[in-house]
Amino acid sequence: MLTLIGVVWVIAGFICRFNPLLVVVTAGILTGLLAGMSPAAVLSALGEAFVKNRFMGLFILVLPVVGVLERAGLRQQAQRAVAGLRQATAGRLLIVYLFLREMAAALGLTSLGGHAQMVRPILSPMAEGAALNRHPRLPVAASWRIRAFAASADNVGLFFGEDIFIAFGAILLMKGFFAEFGIELEPWQIAVWGIPTAVSAFIIHAVRLYRLDSWLAAEAGRAADSSPTGRDDRQEGEI
Amino acid sequence: MIVSLSAIYIVAGLLLAGMAVKSWRAVDSPGRRLTSVFWGLYALTFLAGDWLPPVVTGAIVILLALIAGVGGVKIAPAGSGAGQPARTAGRRLFVPALAIPAVTLIGTLWGKNIEIGGWKLIDSLNPTVASLGLACIAGLGLALVMTRSAPSTALTEGHRLLVAVSWAAVLPQMLATLGAVFALAGVGKAVATLIGAAIPVDNRFLVVLAYTVGMAAFTMIMGNAFAAFPVMTAGIGLPLIVGLHGGNPAILAAIGMFSGYCGTLMTPMAANFNIVPAALLELPDRHAVIRAQWPTATVLLTVNVFLMYFLVFRF
Repeated sequence: MLTLIGVVWVIAGFICRFNPLLVVVTAGILTGLLAGMSPAAVLSALGEAFVKNRFMGLFILVLPVVGVLERAGLRQQAQRAVAGLRQATAGRLLIVYLFLREMAAALGLTSLGGHAQMVRPILSPMAEGAALNRHPRLPVAASWRIRAFAASADNVGLFFGEDIFIAFGAILLMKGFFAEFGIELEPWQIAVWGIPTAVSAFIIHAVRLYRLDSWLAAEAGRAADSSPTGRDDRQEGEI
Repeated sequence: MIVSLSAIYIVAGLLLAGMAVKSWRAVDSPGRRLTSVFWGLYALTFLAGDWLPPVVTGAIVILLALIAGVGGVKIAPAGSGAGQPARTAGRRLFVPALAIPAVTLIGTLWGKNIEIGGWKLIDSLNPTVASLGLACIAGLGLALVMTRSAPSTALTEGHRLLVAVSWAAVLPQMLATLGAVFALAGVGKAVATLIGAAIPVDNRFLVVLAYTVGMAAFTMIMGNAFAAFPVMTAGIGLPLIVGLHGGNPAILAAIGMFSGYCGTLMTPMAANFNIVPAALLELPDRHAVIRAQWPTATVLLTVNVFLMYFLVFRF
């Protein structure tokens, strides 16, 4: 039970908004020591796990590509691409993306998307562009909300699509777990029973994205009455 | 094989080393030396991680946290970076951007079957990660040619974005490290015991509620539903829902894991999904993505509780 102090430490650290890296590492040291590990063993455990999980840092390889393309105007290009679509709104665009992302993930195509390679350079400028087309005087805070929703569409689509795909790691993990307890499950059984939740996830998030549009309209209306922070005041390209 | 995981790690290490040099040379920027040391140490774990003794890497991990903790890692908005008129490259710019997912996909699906001169193209043990690395290199080549940029542009522009993400780039890996230490220390079992002791086992609804909400809560603590699943399922799901009340294990697993994913949407511990995107999108609020997601997650978790209750004992 003493080891739970580490968990409390992490939660408290995040709430107090200390630097997360520092919170996490100190929690690791604290938990290891409380579990009776020697300082050297704690250090080794940290080092070993850090090296083993290096693949989580590999998204940095995407940054030079996106950076070079942005310098050549990729984000403006993405904005321009939606300018011609009269029906496009931020909400509708993100609903379409949510649908495509979830369907692709359900077919096992989880790499079609991602925050560094899709959301930052393409999806969020498109959604912001669509919103600015409708509401030229959209406040900056509303743009931030659109970006956050673009990231959320990527996450929700990925999470609740991938578990429908029978060869996905999580399904195989569950199958392996039950096999250890002598319960034999076929991957398709687990995948099929995930469908009701997957459909619900799409509906719930799509409704919220749909309502984002009316929220944006209200924000733009309020901004038109008061502070002048719309597109005209922003620098070209600062989207 | 030609593209192995360790080869990709070397590439990433060289890129980070380049970033460290770039930071060091940023003369006008305050705190540039400490920033440079941070990226240099991180680069070292990629370049030499397989050879360094774990105790040394552990010390590097602590140093990284200390530098970030004293505010030593530079963080600055990236802006849009548009330097030249966009019409020169036009819509063709989408090609290198979309080449990254396309090549990753092709490499993951068929890469292990492609052989060049008797060498397999893609590491068959880690096809996705190796393919992503290959895709980034291909995409970069394409982007440089198409925009007629000098190769040094890649480092300058990559550095611009890395400075915007700053220490958050290391957070997902650091959290996975904490997860490993938690597992060694038996944190999971302690949590399951705690939840198991608190619920009346005879009430089917309360047992379902404890399992689904427990999956979400424990995922929020660990930042990863895969870590929560074995602990919660062995502690509550199997003995109570399947064993005592005769529930269907396939339904238990499917909806249980998805309940965990609801937790993933709500926690800063799932940094790669929630914190890194906020940094990449230059949102002033670190938790803006979580704020956009928690209503969806709580409604969906409620739906899961009732789906589980009405389905798991029936089929």
